[in-house]
Amino acid sequence: MASSIALSPSTVPGQNQLLRSSFHGSALPPSAISLTPNKQVHHVSKTCLKITAKFDLKPPPYPLDALEPHMSRSTLEYHWGKHHRAYVDNLNRQIEGTELDELSLEDIILKTYNKGDLLPQFNNAAQIWNHDFLWESIKPGGGGKPTGELLELIERDFDSFEKFLEEFKSAAATQFGSGWAWLAYKDNTIGHPRPSEKDRKLVILKSPNAVNPLVWDYAPLLTIDVWEHAYYLDFQNRRPDYISTFISNLISWEAADLRLQKAKVEAAEKAKEKVKKKTEDSDTDSSSSESDSDSE
Amino acid sequence: MALRILSRKTATPSISGSLGSGHFRGLQTFSLPDLPYDYGALEPFINAEIMLLHHQKHHQAYITNYNKALEQLHYAINKGHASTVSKLQSAIKFNGGGHINHSIFWNNLAPIHEGGGEPPKGSLGWAIDSQFGSLEALIQRVNAEGAALQGSGWVWLALDKELKKLSVETTANQDPLVTKGSALVPLLGIDVWEHAYYLQYKNVRPDYLKNIWKVINWKYGGEIFAKEAGVVESR
Repeated sequence: MASSIALSPSTVPGQNQLLRSSFHGSALPPSAISLTPNKQVHHVSKTCLKITAKFDLKPPPYPLDALEPHMSRSTLEYHWGKHHRAYVDNLNRQIEGTELDELSLEDIILKTYNKGDLLPQFNNAAQIWNHDFLWESIKPGGGGKPTGELLELIERDFDSFEKFLEEFKSAAATQFGSGWAWLAYKDNTIGHPRPSEKDRKLVILKSPNAVNPLVWDYAPLLTIDVWEHAYYLDFQNRRPDYISTFISNLISWEAADLRLQKAKVEAAEKAKEKVKKKTEDSDTDSSSSESDSDSE
Repeated sequence: MALRILSRKTATPSISGSLGSGHFRGLQTFSLPDLPYDYGALEPFINAEIMLLHHQKHHQAYITNYNKALEQLHYAINKGHASTVSKLQSAIKFNGGGHINHSIFWNNLAPIHEGGGEPPKGSLGWAIDSQFGSLEALIQRVNAEGAALQGSGWVWLALDKELKKLSVETTANQDPLVTKGSALVPLLGIDVWEHAYYLQYKNVRPDYLKNIWKVINWKYGGEIFAKEAGVVESR
């Protein structure tokens, strides 16, 4: 059936393509990082080779009762089965037949963020991405402490793991209304004359409603959903209890670590591209008369 | 038992008059107003568990945090800590707004045997018919805007007391209606935070919105309208 053909990387230029090639051949579990856009071809017109596609509701990488007793099956049934599904259905309806139909989810998010003046499709697109990311941020038997480089960076940027937990909890607890709290990797080297690894930092962020760190060009490593629908069936008004349970028993530090590696590769690629572009630009400047004739 | 500050008899249109208040070290603080009906009185449209949590936990938390922020503000002002004063603004808007909005909301509801769901009479009824075509048209408009609101917030029937005009407005999170315009007076506010309906309606906000009209207390909005619009009731 045509609808089961996944888009090949070459039809989705940009981030995904970069990531796939960077990790080609490595032993990453497929569920740990979203490398594949959850878009499926549903129509390929032969006459103009135009590809339009529908987004799919991606299931969590574990059964719906696997997070009990920390997150109930009932919460997952509504949160994934109803809320997440509605975002997918609504976005598919909104983009059908529009220019957005041909874009990857990330590109739709960036485009419809529209520099903060949100277009109508933004909420659905970003919420699909956020929930895909959420399900992979947690796992049965999660919690505990990160190790290796991630732990080192946390200790470097927040003084200690305990301090990090305190700040992360506070961000999640104090997001007024619906929204998300994030641990993200911030590539701060942009614009630096001599960028170094030190300029890349871990940061804690909170965002309202559907907004996510992609729109600020940060690489998210972990998230917690603090919309009331994420915890109300299990914890009612007790958001702080939900946050503590989530952190102590559900967070997948393994996923965060893989995302960190991915973010570092991306940041390095970006830096390389920048240097390359700069060199090309200065070449063009110094030989502008020649390139004028070349272009003829 | 706390004083029945919000009983229907004493409920007044002005916001300051309808909020429970007290004093704390010379600073005016606020306390949770009683509901003018039992927690189960709005069933089956809004169940008792929702009403209890909504009133005793959510509304109480806004009041507690509002008082805390006011106390910190008081201290910061006395000490001349300008940056603390600005930092407190968001907590004051959010928690103060939460208190104002919920205090109005409780008055906007009534059990059926006490007039809940009875269409507005008098000048407000006329104004709704002439501006929206019919009460049904207004309800559809409010339901559509409430369902479309992203995240948490409120949908309002507002009176612009200068232009003497009704309008449907939405506010995000706990922003009170006045943040949308200083002349706007709330006649009716419907809470579309998930905590207002989730235990009963889950993800189906439109059903909550459809059902809440069966327990809307139009008398409250009607009295405010008559007063603020300066209308003399014909009888």
